[in-house]
Amino acid sequence: MKILYFAWVRERTGRAEEELAPPASVTTVAELMDWLKARGPEYEFAFADAAAIRAAIDLTHVKHDAPISGAREIAFFPPMTGG
Amino acid sequence: MAAEAARIAGEARDVGAVVTFAGICRGDGGRLAALELEYYPGMAEAEIGRIVEEAKARWPLSGVGVIHRYGRLEPGDNIVLVVTASSHRGDAFAAAEFLMDYLKTRAPFWKKEHLADRAGGWVEAAERDDVAVKRWSAAAAGRR
Repeated sequence: MKILYFAWVRERTGRAEEELAPPASVTTVAELMDWLKARGPEYEFAFADAAAIRAAIDLTHVKHDAPISGAREIAFFPPMTGG
Repeated sequence: MAAEAARIAGEARDVGAVVTFAGICRGDGGRLAALELEYYPGMAEAEIGRIVEEAKARWPLSGVGVIHRYGRLEPGDNIVLVVTASSHRGDAFAAAEFLMDYLKTRAPFWKKEHLADRAGGWVEAAERDDVAVKRWSAAAAGRR
């Protein structure tokens, strides 16, 4: 699945997007964030405060307990400041 | 802006009220050199479309338009334009406020400040915007 990062989440992970294949044991957005944190110190830094991270699956806002199976694209970003 | 408002109002029948809101990049008395708006291509369009459909479901609107810019903006530049047209002003005003409250909290854009004299940083989401958007849930519940 494609994982996208925006704003300071992108700056901290050091990348805008990547193609990853989390194991089947990772079933929710929260579990995906925990799995990403383990990938390296830059991810640990980006996801240090899970409550500050918002997520979207296939272009739709989701909560952290949302299931990720079947997702084509998951994005992580800070609270939005548009408008 | 006037052209956009005229286009949206002109497409509809029975328009008695047109409300136009423009969100503008503030200069903060010279502190800000530029604002950089990052956005999520694909989701920004989808989310704005959803917010507009929600507004049309809640109020009888003859026309609606939302334009949101991205990239580098300077003080004085328009960031966002919201136009609503309806038979009566109450609906046009309410829908415009609703659209702005939702754009502020749900549209995937992020502002980064470039300051005049030093490095800037990411603008933080304002708690007042989260408070403002909640009133529309309460209002909808009250109407049922």
